[in-house]
Amino acid sequence: MTRLQRKTHPRTPGRFATALIAAAVMGVSAQAVAQENDPIKVGILHSLSGTMAISESTLKDTVEMLIDKQNEEGGLLGRQLEAVVVDPASNWPLFAERARELLAQHEVDVVFGTWTSVSRKAVLPVFEELNGLLFYPVQYEGEESSENVFYTGAAPNQQAIPAVEYLLNEVGIERFALIGTDYVYPRTTNRILEAFLMEEHGIAEEDIMVNYTPFGHSDWQNIVSEIRRFGEEGKPTAVVSTVNGDANVPFYRELANQGVDAADIPVIAFSVGEQELSGIDTGPLVGHLAAWNYFMSVDTDENYDFIDAWIDWTGDEDAVTNDPMEAHYIGFNMWAEAVRKAGTTDADAVKDAIIGVAVPNLSGGYAAMMPNHHITKPVLIGEVQDNGQFDVVWQTPSTVAGDAWSDFLPGSRDLIADWRAPMRCGNFNVVNGSCGGSTAAEEAEAALAE
Amino acid sequence: MRRFLILGLACLLMGWLPTAQAQQASPDDSAALELLEALDVSSYPAKGEAITAILQSDDERARDWLQALLDGRLQRTEDGRFVIVLDNSGRNWPVEDALTNESLGEMSRRDLNRIGINNALRNQLRSAIAVVDLYSPNVDRRRTSATRLLGEVDEELAAPLSELIAEEEDGQVQRRLAQALAIYQVESGQLEGVEALRGSLHPRARVALSRAANGDDPIVADAAREALASIEQNLKINRGIETLYFGLSLGSVLVLAAIGLAITFGVMGVINMAHGELIMLGAYTTWMMQQLLPGQPGLALILSIPAGFMVAALVGIAIERGVIQFLKGRPLETLLATFGISLILQQLVRTVISPLNRTVVTPEWMSGSLVINDALSLTLNRMVVLGFALVVFASLMLIMRRTRLGLEVRAVTQNRAMARSMGIRATRVDIMTFALGSGVAGLAGVALSQLTNVGPNLGQNYIIDSFMVVVFGGVGNLWGTLVAGLSLGVINQILEPWAGAVLAKIIVLVFIILFIQKRPRGLFPQKGRAAEG
Repeated sequence: MTRLQRKTHPRTPGRFATALIAAAVMGVSAQAVAQENDPIKVGILHSLSGTMAISESTLKDTVEMLIDKQNEEGGLLGRQLEAVVVDPASNWPLFAERARELLAQHEVDVVFGTWTSVSRKAVLPVFEELNGLLFYPVQYEGEESSENVFYTGAAPNQQAIPAVEYLLNEVGIERFALIGTDYVYPRTTNRILEAFLMEEHGIAEEDIMVNYTPFGHSDWQNIVSEIRRFGEEGKPTAVVSTVNGDANVPFYRELANQGVDAADIPVIAFSVGEQELSGIDTGPLVGHLAAWNYFMSVDTDENYDFIDAWIDWTGDEDAVTNDPMEAHYIGFNMWAEAVRKAGTTDADAVKDAIIGVAVPNLSGGYAAMMPNHHITKPVLIGEVQDNGQFDVVWQTPSTVAGDAWSDFLPGSRDLIADWRAPMRCGNFNVVNGSCGGSTAAEEAEAALAE
Repeated sequence: MRRFLILGLACLLMGWLPTAQAQQASPDDSAALELLEALDVSSYPAKGEAITAILQSDDERARDWLQALLDGRLQRTEDGRFVIVLDNSGRNWPVEDALTNESLGEMSRRDLNRIGINNALRNQLRSAIAVVDLYSPNVDRRRTSATRLLGEVDEELAAPLSELIAEEEDGQVQRRLAQALAIYQVESGQLEGVEALRGSLHPRARVALSRAANGDDPIVADAAREALASIEQNLKINRGIETLYFGLSLGSVLVLAAIGLAITFGVMGVINMAHGELIMLGAYTTWMMQQLLPGQPGLALILSIPAGFMVAALVGIAIERGVIQFLKGRPLETLLATFGISLILQQLVRTVISPLNRTVVTPEWMSGSLVINDALSLTLNRMVVLGFALVVFASLMLIMRRTRLGLEVRAVTQNRAMARSMGIRATRVDIMTFALGSGVAGLAGVALSQLTNVGPNLGQNYIIDSFMVVVFGGVGNLWGTLVAGLSLGVINQILEPWAGAVLAKIIVLVFIILFIQKRPRGLFPQKGRAAEG
C-alpha cells in the first residue's frame, strides 16, 4: 500500500486520486497499525569507500549520531528511527542504483546523502520518479531546484559572492586569482564570480587569473609560483580557491613552503574545512581564509554541545566538526520538525509541512526552509589559526536565503523556484510567466555545459 | 620618533631585567589593564587604534602582548582577566596572566575568549613589532625586522633609518635597511634611491621602480626604466632556473615512483598493477613510525626508510608467491589479478586504518625553502626528495651492476633456461627481484608522504605515470627510467604555465604516444640478444 502511494506524484492527479481512494478504502487501519510498530527508516547514501570516502564517511556517522540522539529522546511520532546505510562507493552510476534500492526496496522515509554535484545529479531522477526526499548537505553551484531535494548546503550567493564582497570591501583586494579543480562546481562558480567582478565591480580582465587543475593534483610548484608573481604587481591580490578535496593538502603545503603569506596574498577557500586542514601543519597558513556557514570554532553553547556529542560518539579526542555536518544537523532537525508538524512521514505531507520550518543552527541563530528548498544561513569568513581551526573575522549581519538561480548568469537571472501550492515550480520564468521548459532554462543549462 | 627609541631602550631593559616585570607596582597595572581592555572590542579599526596606543605606551610588556595578540594567544577569561595562552592544542590550555606573567594553570577553552585579529591587524602588528625590533639586541630579530620593513617605510621612519644604517653592525641588516630606505626614496621621487635599487630583485623594489618609471620627473623615470630593464633580464634567468628546478623535482617524483616498476616490469616483465599500493604502504609505514615516535618526526622519517622498504618488500614477496608465480607468461591474467590485489589492498587500508587521509608531519629541516635571492628560493622538501631519488637510483645501479644478485637477475631475465643450467636458482632470483622492486616502491612511498596526501588512493595517482615513464624510457633499462622521468618532469613544468595543468598533462601523454609509435622500444632500447628475451 505504502509503495503505491509513494509512487504517485502530485502532478498526476488521476493516479494520485486513485491511490488516495484505495488507501482510504482498504489500507487505513492496516497502515496505522504498521506505523505504530514499525520504525521510521532513514536512508544514508554516503560513500564509505573510494575517493569520496574521505569526506563522506564522517557524514554517515553524523546522521547515525543524530538518529541515535532522536531515539534517546523518544523517537518521532512515538516511533523509533532506524538507519539504513548503503555504500555507493564513490561511483556515480552506483549512487542511482543505491538510491533506488533505498527507496523501492527498503522503503525509507527520507534520505540524507551525496556530496559531489555529479552524484546528486545522478540520483535526482530516481528521487523524482519514486517521490523520495533527499537532504543534500554540501555547498554547490546552484542552477538547480528539485521538488524532492532539500539543499541544506550553501548556494553561491551564500558563500562565494559574500566572500568576494568581503575581499573587495573589507580587505581592499583589486586582483583575483581564481584557482579551481576542473569540474562543474568550480567552473560554474568561477563563471559567476567573473561576471560578478567584471560587471558589478569593474575589475579589469587582466586583474583576473583563472586556473584549473585535475582532481587530486599534487604538483603545485608552478601554479603557486605563478600566483606569487601575479601578486607582485603592486595591487592587493587574493586567491579564490575552489580546489576540491585531497588536492588542497599539497596546495597549502606548497604555499607554505614558497612563503606565500596570508598578509600579502590571502587565499580564500570554499571547499577547505577543519577536516581538510587536519592533514597539515597550519602554522605557516595562519590568516588564509575560508568562507562557510559554520566553523567548529563558533562560540555558542549549541556548538559546544554538538562538538562534545561528536567527540563522545566517535571516541576520538581530536575529532573535528565541519560545515556539511552542520548542514545535516539542520536538515535532520528540519525533517523531524516537519514530520511532527505533518503527523506523518508521507513524502508529500512532509514536503508541504517543511517549508517555513525554522530550527536552531549551530552558530546561534535559526535556519528556515525557503519555498525554493534552500535554507537561510549566515555567511561566516574565518581565518586559519595555528591549531587547525578557523577564527571568524566577519559575518553577514543577518542570515542569507539561498538563491537557486544565480542573478549574475544570463538566462538564470530570470528564473525563480517556489515549491508551494499553487506554483510548485523549480524554474519559473518571471519574464514570460511560465514554468519549466523555457528557453532561459535551456540557455542556463547550455551556459553551464560550456 | 622618540617613542621608538624609548621603546628600543625598553626592549634592552627587558632583556637585562627579566624578573623586574613580575614585581610591577599595582598603580601601573591599571593603566596597562586599560590598554588591554581597549583591545577587547568587536570592531577591527578600534582594535587597530588600541594597538597603536599600546605601541605608544612605554610599557615594557608591550612587545609580549603584541606578539601574543599576533599569535592569537592573548585571551580574556569570563571574569575579565587577560591571559596569555601558552599552548593552544587540545581541550584545556595552560595559561598565564598577561599582566603579572604568573601561571594560572589550565583553563577550558569554553571559559576563554580570544581577542581576534584579522589580516589587516596582522599586518599592522607585524610592522609594529618590526619597528620595535629594529632596536633589538638580537640580530635575528633585527634581520626579520629589516626584511619586513621593505616597502613599509614612511616619512616618520625614514629620518632615523639613515642613522640606524650607519650604526648597524650586521651587514645583512644594513643592506636590507638601505634597500628599505631606497624604496621609500624612489616612491617619494628621489633619484638616489633608484641607484640603490639597481639590481635588487625584491618585488617591492620592482613595484616602486615601475611606478617611478611612469612618474612625472623625466630624469627619475629614465633612470628607473633603465634599472627595471636590467632587473627584468635578471628575473628571466631566475625564472628559468626555477622552472628547471620544478621540472627536476617533479621528475624525481616520477623516477622514484617508476624505478621499482622498472625492475618488476622492466627487468622481470611482470605487469604489476598493485605497484601503486606498494608505494602507498611505504607512505603508511612512515605515518605508523611517526605514531610510534611522537614528537620526533625527523627520526621517524629516517627510520621509515628501512622500515618502508621492508614492509613493501614483504608484501611484494607475498604477492609474488601467492599470485604472480602461478601466472607466469600470462600477462593479461597477471594484469587482472594484480589489479584485484590493488583494490583489495586499498580497501584493506580503508577498513583497518581509516578512509580518511593520515597526517604525516614534515620535519623542521624539510620545511620552508632555501632562499637564493629575492626572486629565487628552492623548496627544501622537494630538494630532499630530489636527492633521495638520485641516491636510490645510484644504489639500484650498484646492486644491478656490482652484486651477485644483480648478475643473477640479469642472467635469469636474459635466458632463464641457460641461467638455470648454470646453477642459478631462478625461483629464488624471481622472489628477490620482485622483493627489491617492491621495496623500492616502498621507498618512493616514504618520500611521497612528504609531498602529497597519505591516503588509500595515494597509489592510484601514480600507477599510470609510473608505467608511462618506464615505457618511455625503454623497458628493462634503469638509465632510461631516470632520463625519461626527469625529462618528462621538465617538459611538463615548461608546458604548464602557458597550457595549464590539465592540458600540459594531455600534451605530454600525446607526445609519448607519438614517440612510442616512432620508437616502440622507448628512449634507450635494449640492444643485442637480450632484447629478444
